[in-house]
Amino acid sequence: MQRCELIRQLLAILPPDSVLYETEDLRPYECDALSVYRQLPLAVVLPCTEAEIIEILQLCHRERVPVVARGAGTGLSGGALPHAQGILLSLARLNQINEIDPLACQARVQPGVRNLAISQAASSYGLYYAPDPSSQIACTIGGNVAENSGGVHCLKYGLTVHNILKLRVLTIEGDVIEVGAEAYDSPGYDLLALLTGSEGMLGITTEITVRLLPKPESAQLVMATFSDLAKAGEAVANVIQSGIIPAGMELMDNLTIGAVEDFIQAGYDRQAAAILLCESDGMAAEVTTEIEKIEHILRASGAIKVEIAQDEAQRQLFWAGRKAAFPAAGRISPDYYCMDGTIPRKHLARVLSQIERLSAEFNLRCMNVFHAGDGNLHPLILYDANESGELHKAETFGARILEICIAAGGTITGEHGVGMEKLDQMCLQFSDAERELFLAIKAAFDPQALLNPGKAIPSLHRCAELGAMHVHHGQTSFPELPRF
Amino acid sequence: MSSILESFADALRQAMEKSQPLYIRGGGSKYFYGNPLAEKTIPLDVTGYQGIVDYEPSELAITARAGTSLQELENILAQQGQMLAFEPPHFGKPATLGGSIASGLSGPRRAYAGAVRDFILGVRLLDGQGREMSFGGRVMKNVAGYDVSRLMAGSMGTLGILLEASLKVLPRPEMERTLCFATTMERALEWMRSYATRPLPVSATCFSDGRLYVRLSGMEAAVVAAQKQMGGDVEENGETFWESIRHHTHTFFHGRPILWRLSVKPTTAHLPLPGEQLIEWGGALRWFAPAEAVAANEVRRLATAAGGHATLFYGDRDGILVFQPLSPVLLRIHQRLKQQFDPAGILNPYRMYPEF
Ligand SMILES: Cc1cc2nc3c(=O)[nH]c(=O)nc-3n(C[C@H](O)[C@H](O)[C@H](O)COP(=O)(O)OP(=O)(O)OC[C@H]3O[C@@H](n4cnc5c(N)ncnc54)[C@H](O)[C@@H]3O)c2cc1C
Repeated sequence: MQRCELIRQLLAILPPDSVLYETEDLRPYECDALSVYRQLPLAVVLPCTEAEIIEILQLCHRERVPVVARGAGTGLSGGALPHAQGILLSLARLNQINEIDPLACQARVQPGVRNLAISQAASSYGLYYAPDPSSQIACTIGGNVAENSGGVHCLKYGLTVHNILKLRVLTIEGDVIEVGAEAYDSPGYDLLALLTGSEGMLGITTEITVRLLPKPESAQLVMATFSDLAKAGEAVANVIQSGIIPAGMELMDNLTIGAVEDFIQAGYDRQAAAILLCESDGMAAEVTTEIEKIEHILRASGAIKVEIAQDEAQRQLFWAGRKAAFPAAGRISPDYYCMDGTIPRKHLARVLSQIERLSAEFNLRCMNVFHAGDGNLHPLILYDANESGELHKAETFGARILEICIAAGGTITGEHGVGMEKLDQMCLQFSDAERELFLAIKAAFDPQALLNPGKAIPSLHRCAELGAMHVHHGQTSFPELPRF
Repeated sequence: MSSILESFADALRQAMEKSQPLYIRGGGSKYFYGNPLAEKTIPLDVTGYQGIVDYEPSELAITARAGTSLQELENILAQQGQMLAFEPPHFGKPATLGGSIASGLSGPRRAYAGAVRDFILGVRLLDGQGREMSFGGRVMKNVAGYDVSRLMAGSMGTLGILLEASLKVLPRPEMERTLCFATTMERALEWMRSYATRPLPVSATCFSDGRLYVRLSGMEAAVVAAQKQMGGDVEENGETFWESIRHHTHTFFHGRPILWRLSVKPTTAHLPLPGEQLIEWGGALRWFAPAEAVAANEVRRLATAAGGHATLFYGDRDGILVFQPLSPVLLRIHQRLKQQFDPAGILNPYRMYPEF
């Protein structure tokens, strides 16, 4: 179908202000938060109702037009990158909280509702929505479901998949399906799990029923300072080994500490090799005991200083430093590239030192700030896109980090998704048979591959070519892995 | 172990050639659960593929082969002060890890800690064509590729032979205490909801025969503080009580010819059904033992109206489907998925739904 005909038909479904097609109107949608990938779509649609989305999907299905969903565009892997021959479907206007049921501890929300807005709305009932990505003031719950997003507190409270009960989803044909239930399970396959983290490839989510939790009575934070990064890594394992599951456990290295201190003066020790933030929450009496235990373990693990936040203001300040790590990176470097590998905790120290060596090899600085309790690394590679060749260097450095994560028994992405970015690494992490099955699952939902085509699951062809290329350069990274 | 694996793959390939339906058989403890097998189905015993592959307590993860005895696995965890927090029901000594995942059943802690699917980190499996594949991993977070691992939970052996699974484990609570209250079903339901909305360390609830049981788990300080707020009598045999609910050895489950399992929205009021009920999961799970003949449609209508579904857990089926039928669109997606995993349709056909 011709572009102008497509736009004409979209305008027949939607009011004029819901269809964008002038280049300057499309610009804001050309990328997500991984801005190295940019692409203008044929058009952007901003529907306000599910009924409108159904008609849009029916049109696209009939005319074989690719559809890329978009929440807030804070994704870090290019998942919401538009398709050149497709439309971008923004869910931002479906931003209503349909119902909060405080007795059932559930809320029914539209996909464009911001993550934090759910907790704010539930707050007056003493409830909250637990997964708290750092981007929570901006990112949407629909995007969270598509990426299975995590947050600082997911070690104890789980990821998105653990905190949603039910989804209303539209298939590419425009059919409505409901997966999951207001009950705790439903008959048939666990499609709720399959759809969570499926990166907009299987269906369009139009309503989410989330689980709400009672706000803990009390929360307390310990900050431990280390003169040795490896010791900080061991301290993480020691806390968990002792039988404590902290509400959050975050690690920052020296470069991060300096960048954060320059930015917001959180009271971190600039000389430290690492700072570990460890939070306990629960009933007041329990928190007091747990904090004492944590303090003891951290000292025994070699912390040179252990401070308990004196009051709520100081607790917030200690956290503010961690939460400002990304913008702080933006202040000390023109550009940064955020990685997302996850490894077994026991390999933390070794993998961090490997990253340090790569940093020297590539002559690019790398900040380490991450969800230590989960072993989810977020190396931030600092570079300058205006220096010729630096972006490529940063990407190669990043790819090497992901290879290290796979070799350590981990994964290329803990919470940011594969998107456009990690397609090549998917060839390394999975065999042909496994990727074939992924493609088959995609086909079971979307036989014509119209939903977010080209993302998340690489084609067999791409992986075969990549394998050939690696051999061609005589430096196959994983000779033991089958390729064809 | 590799020769056992080869024999499974061989069995699958041969079955495929002959269109011979197979029943993947673990310990047999949950044999009763599911629709009757298709005619001429032959069993494939998978218990030989067993053993712990990797367990490091500080990683909060264990990897074991699917034929591993559930009892043995839980003993090993207990030695390190850890547990499977979804409290899988055993229903008999021979229960295996694989059968527990495939049946997707979780015990009393489910409403408070999560279900079996919530603790799955990764799986290794043979699909219907005998191809070996791995999904997920041993790490806590992993979003590479579709979540095939969790899809295996509750799939009743229809998608592949589960070979190995990695599960998240949790430390055993420092202290557990069970409180008991004499009350009516209506009041018990109200109290269960009220507890759920407050930050209390509740880890299980059950109403049966005029008594509400509430288990508190956590640090001693928390359990003691919560008990002060809640009152009630301390049940001395708390641990035995919860075991009996978990494994269905409680007298409520004795000698029942028919047992329905209704999974409903937790705030659902008392369901008017002719017979006895035992309630768990803060109101979200209702076990129903009919005292007289009751139409399956009526049970399912009530469950659906309550935001859930009803399973004919066991008993004379008389043509009644065990699992609540799916909507046409969902059924279509199920059939297409099944087709991709098991093109010859040889794995546990009919077990879940008559259509596949
Ligand atoms: C500063 C910063 C900090 C971050 N911190 C974290 C963090 O701590 N933890 C974490 O996990 N992530 C984090 N992220 C990543 C990002 O915020 C999450 O992935 C988030 O869930 C994306 O939500 P979004 O609404 O922006 O989705 P988008 O970026 O718009 O889209 C993401 C994907 O979801 C799909 N999608 C969106 N809505 C729908 C829908 N309704 N139906 C179907 N598919 C849909 C899109 O097609 C795309 O594939 C961070 C990002 C930034 C920029």
